[in-house]
Amino acid sequence: MGNLSQVGDLMAKVILNEVRKHFGNVKALDGINLTIEEGLFVVLLGPSGCGKTTLMRCISGLEKLTDGKILFDDADVSNTAPKDRNVAMVFQSYAVWPHMKVRDNIAYPLKLKKVPKKEIEERVKWVAELLHISELLDRFPSQLSGGQRQRVAVARAIVHRPKVLLMDEPLSNLDALLRVRMRSELRKLHDQVKVTTVYVTHDQTEAMTMGDKIAVMNAGRIIQYGTPEEIYRRPKTIFVAGFVGSPQMNFLPMKVTSSGNQFFAENFGLRIPLRTDPRKDRLTVGIRPEHIFLEQPGNSVSIGATVYFAEKLMSETVLHLMIDGDTTIVVKVPYDLSVEENDKMQVYVDLNRIHFFDPATGERIEL
Amino acid sequence: MKKFFYILACVAICLWFLGPLFFTFLASMTPSSDFYSMDKIFPSKLTFEHIYKLLVNLGGWRAMLVSVQVALIAIAISFAFGIPAGYAITRYIFRGKNMIKLVMLFTRSVPLVVIAVSLVTMYLRLNLADTMFGVALAHAAMVLPFVVLITSSIFSGVFVEYEEAGMIFGLSRFGAFLRITMPLALPGLAASAIFAFIMSWNEVFAASVLAITNRTLPAHILSTAMASPDYFKFAAGTIMAVPALIFIFIIRKYLISMWGISLK
Repeated sequence: MGNLSQVGDLMAKVILNEVRKHFGNVKALDGINLTIEEGLFVVLLGPSGCGKTTLMRCISGLEKLTDGKILFDDADVSNTAPKDRNVAMVFQSYAVWPHMKVRDNIAYPLKLKKVPKKEIEERVKWVAELLHISELLDRFPSQLSGGQRQRVAVARAIVHRPKVLLMDEPLSNLDALLRVRMRSELRKLHDQVKVTTVYVTHDQTEAMTMGDKIAVMNAGRIIQYGTPEEIYRRPKTIFVAGFVGSPQMNFLPMKVTSSGNQFFAENFGLRIPLRTDPRKDRLTVGIRPEHIFLEQPGNSVSIGATVYFAEKLMSETVLHLMIDGDTTIVVKVPYDLSVEENDKMQVYVDLNRIHFFDPATGERIEL
Repeated sequence: MKKFFYILACVAICLWFLGPLFFTFLASMTPSSDFYSMDKIFPSKLTFEHIYKLLVNLGGWRAMLVSVQVALIAIAISFAFGIPAGYAITRYIFRGKNMIKLVMLFTRSVPLVVIAVSLVTMYLRLNLADTMFGVALAHAAMVLPFVVLITSSIFSGVFVEYEEAGMIFGLSRFGAFLRITMPLALPGLAASAIFAFIMSWNEVFAASVLAITNRTLPAHILSTAMASPDYFKFAAGTIMAVPALIFIFIIRKYLISMWGISLK
């Protein structure tokens, strides 16, 4: 059985070159450039309507490109039919064929590839064990639960050694508990079979926990491509900074002032020293709720605030603090802090973990 | 009280539909001696004599065979065109789609009587007059709009993802239609075939006008049984109604999905 588990021996590098897809006047994909390294688990993350599903359908061949190229390794597959691309897909609705038994659903891609009967049996057996569905093989899909159907869909997708495995929000139809479990199971499965995987989701937790790399998309473009850590630590734009992280990053509009050679970003009683001249009058300062502290960390500035509202999540408390007539910031604090509304308090912003953005373009500025 | 009226309404509706059927069947099986006897409503015994005579001696059986053949050819023609059209209407977005759906129904808005003469003239020129194929062609034209609309509603019940999964896992576009969509649509398609069969089975005008020797059952009955004693007319009604009733009974489950109506 040793050779069976090497599903990824065919794994491909996927190169997207100026990929465009227009539906009438709508530019669903507006020039996508991306190289997905072989064997990686890459997540396409973005709000609904950002083009992530369209991009995945373009990779699968279900959608034809308006312009641009898609390469698997060195082969141009832009005009290849889906069946000849050697890809696999797990659909959001699972799309397990209702007129076939589970066994036939899984075996069908192999049958179409004219794999010998004996090998088909072996492979179905192997994948069924891998996904713990051996006892379901002789049932029809209508006799399965949603979670079981999903396992069948995944089994069908990896059984024929695809070059690229595509998953379109596969967890969104599961209940919350199962979703968390499948997250780790799918990720572990990928580590076992090592197939290049493209995973579409709008859920940042899924993206952060599952992806080797994340491509954050908005309005038909890829805004940032990097590891989850890069995306979290150095978001390239205000959009990425706001989309990744929970609760959302605080964005504060600030004025640039100077005294002598030292530049500051100032507003709301905050005075943040800048390392260099930003060459701008205004800045948007981004501070994550988890980087504001009740006690002074090393390099920080303090800000006076009034408690507006406290969300007690039991594992932690999320404070909404009024720092100005109509400006609030969100701060994550330990669950055992006892606060009342309208309490006055002092909080400290960690200066080492602060982000600066150009308010006009939304681009990150290193200062 | 509410329940009482509900039951009353059900009984009334059943009587409305089943009453005439019951008396038709009864009269068709009443011996001729009992039929004209004034003091009997219900016959003293039942007989299949009239139905037998109608089928065997009066050419009913042959007409029935013609009817079946005409209906089958009509189904073949209308499905050959109707299935691709219904599929296209469901799966593709194109200019003038709603217009096409509407125009198809227009074909039913012109009474056949109006175009009968020109139709017969054309049939004579094309050597289609008095052929089974000619009648079937007319019936196919009549049921085609329904076949298109019904199949489109059946195909819309088959999720497009099933097909797409087929294409991803090794089928061509047409292969996915053939191997995935068709098997899933088959029960509904079979039901709509029966529906088309009944429409052709019951159609009398075109069948009467376009054929003389190869007449379908209703056309045959119209020309022969109508000049016979009344119990033959009832016997004719019976042999017309029974096959249609049986078929409707078979497809009753699918009638709802065929028309895209949800009763939930």
